Order: sequence, then C-alpha cells, then structure tokens
Amino acid sequence: MSPSIPLQEMIRAIRSARTQCEERGVIQRECAVIRAQFRQSDNDGRSHNLAKLLYVHMLGYPAHFGQMECVRMIASPRYSEKRVGYLGAMMLLDEKQDASLLITNSIKNDLSHSSQYVQSLALCTLACIGSAEMCKDLAPEIEKLLRASNSYIKKKAALCAIHIVRKVPDLGELFARTARSLLAEKHHGVLHGAVVLITVLCECSPDTLERFRKTVPDLVRIMKSLVTSGYSPEHDVAGISDPFLQVRILRLLRILGRNNEAASDTMNDLLAQVATNTDSTKTVGNAVLYETVLTVLDIKSESGLRILAVNILGRFLLNNDRNIRYIAMTSLQKIVGTDNIAVQRHRGTIVDCLKDPDASVKRRALDLSLALASASNIRSMMKELLMFLSSCPPELRAETTSGIFYAAERYAPSQRWHIDTILHVLTTAGGDVRDETVPNLILLITNASELHCYTVHKLYRALLSDISQQPLVQVACWCIGEYGDLLLRGECREMEPVEVTADSVLEALETVLQSHMSTPTTRGFALTATMKLSTRIMDNVDRIKSIVSIYGSCIDVELQQRAVEYNALFKKYDHMRAAVLERMPVIDRNSPGHTNGDSMGGVIKELEVDKVKQRETLLPQLPANQVCDLLNLLGDSEESVPAGPAQGDTVPVQSITTAKPIGGELLDLLGGFEPTPLASAPAVTVYEKNGVTLTLSCEKQSDSAVTVTLKGCNSSDSDVTSFALQAAVPKSVHLNMKAPSGDTLPAKGLAHVTQLVLLNNPNKVNLKMRIRISYSSQGSSVQDTVQIDSFPGLS
Amino acid sequence: MIRFLLLFSKQGKLRLQKWFTPLTDREKKKVIRDMMTIVLARTPRSCNFLQWRDLKIVYKRYASLYFCTGLEEQDNELLSLEVLHRFVELLDKYFGNVCELDIIFNFEKAYFILDEFLMGGEVLETSKVAVGVSLQEADELQETMEEYMSKPMY
Repeated sequence: MSPSIPLQEMIRAIRSARTQCEERGVIQRECAVIRAQFRQSDNDGRSHNLAKLLYVHMLGYPAHFGQMECVRMIASPRYSEKRVGYLGAMMLLDEKQDASLLITNSIKNDLSHSSQYVQSLALCTLACIGSAEMCKDLAPEIEKLLRASNSYIKKKAALCAIHIVRKVPDLGELFARTARSLLAEKHHGVLHGAVVLITVLCECSPDTLERFRKTVPDLVRIMKSLVTSGYSPEHDVAGISDPFLQVRILRLLRILGRNNEAASDTMNDLLAQVATNTDSTKTVGNAVLYETVLTVLDIKSESGLRILAVNILGRFLLNNDRNIRYIAMTSLQKIVGTDNIAVQRHRGTIVDCLKDPDASVKRRALDLSLALASASNIRSMMKELLMFLSSCPPELRAETTSGIFYAAERYAPSQRWHIDTILHVLTTAGGDVRDETVPNLILLITNASELHCYTVHKLYRALLSDISQQPLVQVACWCIGEYGDLLLRGECREMEPVEVTADSVLEALETVLQSHMSTPTTRGFALTATMKLSTRIMDNVDRIKSIVSIYGSCIDVELQQRAVEYNALFKKYDHMRAAVLERMPVIDRNSPGHTNGDSMGGVIKELEVDKVKQRETLLPQLPANQVCDLLNLLGDSEESVPAGPAQGDTVPVQSITTAKPIGGELLDLLGGFEPTPLASAPAVTVYEKNGVTLTLSCEKQSDSAVTVTLKGCNSSDSDVTSFALQAAVPKSVHLNMKAPSGDTLPAKGLAHVTQLVLLNNPNKVNLKMRIRISYSSQGSSVQDTVQIDSFPGLS
Repeated sequence: MIRFLLLFSKQGKLRLQKWFTPLTDREKKKVIRDMMTIVLARTPRSCNFLQWRDLKIVYKRYASLYFCTGLEEQDNELLSLEVLHRFVELLDKYFGNVCELDIIFNFEKAYFILDEFLMGGEVLETSKVAVGVSLQEADELQETMEEYMSKPMY
C-alpha cells in the first residue's frame, strides 16, 4: 500500500501539475489511497485524509465516498476528528442525502457535550444542513441552549433557532418567549442573534409580530446607547459602534413600525437622531444611513422626517462612490410612486447618471428616468432618453425602446412629436423594438390625418437612407402604399418641398423587395404597397404589373400567393381594382376587437374581415369548408366574430383557431401533463353526450381579462380521437385560444384534454361564448355546439 | 440572509465555497460558473453590486481574490461590503498578512474562521476580538491531539 502523503504535499503536487490530465492522475492516485485508508477502521491520519478529500472536492472532483467517513468521524471522541468530520458533513452532505439523517444522533449528543467548542460544532452543522425533520427533532435542545448561561453558546443557539424557524415556521412559538428575554443581554453577539431571531419570527407570523411590538421601546433604548456611547474598541468600525447590530435593529424597527402609528411615533426621535448624526464619509456610515432611510420611508413617519430621508438619498446621488449612487437610485425607485414630487427634484442628477460608464448604474438610472417621465418634463426627458438610446449597451436597448414608447404614448404633447419620436427610435434602434410597434405606429399614423403628408415624406426620406431596420421599412412601405399620392404632390407645409417622381418611389420599393436584408414580412409589406400604388399613381401601371408578376414564381409561398392574386386582380378583376385598393378607413382605437395591449389583433380583425370579403370574390377555389365554417359561425349569431391568430400583415387563410397539438399523443401518454393553472373557480359542466363531458371554469385575472379553462373528459368505454374545440365570442371581446394539451380522450376518463382560453373584455359587455365541439367516437364523427351565457365565478 | 459566499481567483479557480441554502451539486456548479463569468467580466472601477436572477450580488476584489456573495432582496448591500471586509480582516489577523496561498494550503482553517463569523447566512459575532479568542481556544484543543494540522504552512 503506497504511503499517504501529507495534505500540503498533495496540494503542492496538484498545483504543480502542468496539464489537466496530470492533475487528474495525481488526484485519482490520492483518492485510491484515501478510499483504501477509509476502509481500515483504525487509522491515525483520518482527519487529514478527509481534509485531502475535501480539497479534491473543492476542485470539482467527485467525493461522495467520503460521506460515511464524515459520519464516522463526527462520532469520534477526538476534537480534531470531529472538527474535520463536521466540516466534511457541511461540504459533502445536504438535507437531500440520506446520510445526513445518520448524523442527527451525533449532533444530539454533541449538543450536550461538556466542551462548548464541540457544542458549537454541532450547532453550526445543524444551522447549515439541518433538514426539517432534524430541526423538529432537535428544536427543544436548541431552546434549552438558548437559556444557557454561556454567551458563546447562546449566540450560536440563536442563529440555529433562526434556521429552524425558517425551515419549520410552526416551531416559531417555541422560541418566542426566550427571544424576548434575550434582548436584555449585554453581549453584542447574543443581542445581534436575538434581534435577527425576532425579525425572522415576525416575518413568519403576523400574530407574533403584534406581540413583539411591545419591544420597540427596548430596541430604541439599545440603539440610542449604541449611537451615543463612547468609543468601544471591540465593536468600533470607523467611528460607528457595532454597525452590524445597528443595521439589524433598524431593520427590525422597520418591520414593527410598518402600518402602525404608535410604534412609528416611538421611533421618530431615534431615527431623526441617527439620520443627522451618523458620519457619512465612510461606507459603514452610509450603510447605517441607508438602512435608516429605508426604515423612515417604510413606516408611518412624520413628513419632516420623510423629507430628511429623501434629502439623504439626494445627497447619496451626488456622492463620488458609484455604489452609493446605485443604492440611492434603487431606493428612489421604491418611492417614486408615492413621493413623486420629492424625487422629481433630483431628476437632473438621475438623468446625468444615464451617462455613467458603469452598466449597473445605467440600468438603475434608466428605470428611474422612465418612472419620472411626466407630462411637464416629457420633452426634455425624451431628448435625454433618445441620446441615451444611441449609446446604450445592447442588453438595455429593448427595455429602453419599450420605455420610450410607453412614455411617448402617455405624455405626447402633440401627434407630430409622437410620430417624430417613434421615427427617431426606429432609425436608431429599430432592431430592438417589440413586434407590436409596427401596427401601433400604423394605427397612430392613420389617426393623425392632418399629418399624413408630413409623415409619408419623412418616412420616404428615411427609407432612402437606410433599409436595414425592418420595423422602419415596414411602416415606410405601408405609408407609401397608402399615401403615395400625397408623396408625389411634393407640397408639404412642414418640410422643404422635394421633387419625388413615381419612378423613384417604385424604385425605392423595388430596392426593398430585392434587398437581402429584407425579411419575408417586409417584402410582403413592400409588395402590397406596390400594388396599392397602382391606383394612386396612374402612369406607371405597367411597371407595377411587371414587378408583381415576377413574384408570382417566388419561392416564399406567402409572397407567391400575394403576387398571383394581385396578378389576377390586374387581369380578370381590373374593374374591381380601384374599389379593392382604396384608402383604408381610419381605425378607431376603441373599435370592436381592439384592446390596448393587443392592438395587433384588432387591426388584423378589421383587415381580415375586409380582405376575406375581397377574397371571396377573387378566388372561389379557396378551401370552401373553411370559408363556409366562417360563414356558419357568423350566420348563427349576428354578433360573433371568430377568433383568428394574429400574424403581421398576412391574411390568415385559416381564420378558425384549431391549433394543432404538438406531440399530442406523447402528452396523453404522460397522462397528468396539463399546462394549465389550477382552477380556483368551480368547474361547470357545459356539455355531456356519449360519455364525453366538457367542463368550464374561469378565473378573473384583472378588470377585463378572464382566463377560461376548458377540460374535456371521456367516460365511455372507447377512446375519442380528433377532439377539437372552436370558440366564438361577442364582437368587442378579444379571444385568444391556447393550444390544447392533446386531441385524444382515452376511455374511462384516464386522462383529460385541457385548453386555455384568454378573454379580454375592455368594454365590459355581457360575456357569452359559443363553443363547437368536434370529435370522432366509435368510427363516427360528432359535431356539437354549446352556448354559454353565464360564466361561473364571475360577478 | 446571505445565500452563498464564494472566493475565487482571477483565473477562475475556486478557493472557498459556503452555501447557506440546500442546493444540488449541479445547481451549485451552475451558480459558481455564472458568478465567475459575470464578476470576472466587470471592469475594475465598476459598481460592486449587480442583480442576478432574484438575488443581489455583492463582490469585492482583494489582491488576487474575488469575494462574492449573494443576498436576498431585504438585505443591505453596503453592510455586506462591510461583512466581506470584516472576514478579510479576520483572515488577516489569524494568518498574519494573509495572501491567497494561505487560503489554498489551509483551506480548512479558512472554513473554521468563517464558521465563527457567519452562521445560517447571518452575522454571528460582531466583535473581531471575540472571534480571534474562540479560534485560538479551539485550536488549542487540537494542539494536544494533532500537532500537524494546526500549523499554517506553505
């Protein structure tokens, strides 16, 4: 058997290994030796064998064969072996391992050991890896130790109790009374432990919090003595006496004073004293001030104190230390909702922090700047934000653009400013904007009818300079298509007149169509725009015809379809062309089917209903059953509009939602896999036939949003396949059907099919839903319709 | 509470890891990897705080070692900078002008010191003197049994 080398020799050997392979070799050899020695029951060098193993473990190599050795060493009578054994247990075992249960008995014995250092090892290990069962077993022991006379043990027992309460909150009751009495201690370690214990107890149970409110005067007294006492060399850190304890007391006061007038009054003087007297030149002083500010802002403090707190934060903002500025902004973010005016005073400094080179500070400054945007400062704020956008780090771009759009929408002083802002963002960071921006912007432009001429000119110029930013190109194409005639007229009040010919417009669109940078969606926009221009610009119809016919053989199916249809429009239905391609009506923001967050769906529904009507006349060979289904559902109830998937400017061919379940069979095999949230409302059976039942339950998500869960079940003896649901709702309600969990209902109710339907009802109309259920059972297909007039769980 | 405390070198070698919540080995490795990637990528004069998942990460560089800790939402970041500083002071007092090699060759000592200062994710003893005294006494218990292990050596 090769001799085992001392720990430090091994470390040196590993460090001098030149390659990963060499290192692995050394470690494998050592591990083999260690394993052999573990098997020997009596061994002198047990502790440093285990230490070697722990070192190897820290390097990332497997060391689980050491777990049993840890258990054995913990039970050893020698202190050095216990020490390393417990260390090994904390590193190799955790509550999920079975081996950790084996040490429960050793810990129990060691908790009543004569030596306080052995007791402390046991306490430390319990606080580190104690599972819920171990905590329940040993809680009475810990409580006894809390009342011991030894301060060293008391402080450790307090922190161990904290771990127990965190793991098993019900045991909090056991420690509450002792915790209260510990506040009378003089020893700072014990006092600190007691304060943290009380904090955790209060966080766990509101009743305990009520009881501990009586301790507020004691806490104030302790804090005062810390702040006003003289220099104590043991606890002093840069002039502050025991900052750790001070911060914890302030935090406890915060919890106790929240929502309670009486408690808040008691601490007012103390907080004012700490806020004014703490030395803020070093980090430690600022840590205490920071905690004080957080406490003042969270309790029911008097207004003078609040202003003092916000001023301290303002001072922090001007501090040279980046850390201080960062936390100042974090804190201001928390109160910007409630104390907006106070925070507005520091707007200048915050906006300056946008230019700070540090990424963390920039992020905070961005969040806070967006929160501070208001109607009065929007112009200057936007200027700063746009400047920030041009130089901001890539990870913050999406957030910035979303924030800018939101602020612009809320506080735009004029429509022209709004359009200008959005255009600026699209040119600077077009690649990072959200998808809904394009339809939102289009909506905005159609609504600003006086600005059509100005907008189309600006967009045309932007298009000429850069066609790489897709959202910008899409909006530009759409506008040129709609308002091409205004573009050619050349006159525009707000901009210098520029000569624009029909040829140059068509050339611009052609460039977009041919560029490799354009996505298929963008090409779709450009093609439709070209087509629309055929009615707006009279003289170049041939050129348009040729462009359109080229795409009749395009590889992209969507473009090809469009091109073929437009070709047909030229050839067979020329008489209808003008009517079909006339200018779009102004889309009203609150039109049926339009919702604020999802204007996409609204715009598309309008387009969809219009275009479907066009298509009916154009191409009668469209899959007849789908068109018929559409008509059927429309026919059944005058007010229903079928749900359609929203997909850019494309006309959905299948406007009925029957999302194909992906791997439906697999999901059914997995049985219980249901991606639905737990229905908190009662389920109502809405359909029952042939053993197939459909239950409906719904949950209100917000004022106008409802989530409906449909669950299908089959209690008959044979399987039901091709189970599909279709839904229709009144016109002003927006419907979004998620993919069902599957399409097969196995016999005897072995598994369910669940489907989520999200409804948005902004106009608060009477919610009704018609559901068509179709499935195959025993060889025959069944189709049924149910009408739901009242939804369970909705008031 | 503090969720974890990691010490690693500029080259990405882990020197000490203390976990105050139960995590699987895989999760621990992921956290270590993420922390190293994020912290080592920061410029020298950046802010010492950053946001990672739902935790606040506070890190500080002392010579060639990065001390990195993860805090919960309620914790005071500035105070945790003081906690890290206090830990370094304790190491310095014990080893006498501590350097990275001390922590490498005497890692178990570093753990013992940490266990006298932090427990269950909270500060255990706020007095520097008290920690030093208890360490000395515990070591003396060992001196009588295993002389070899207690002497800090290279």
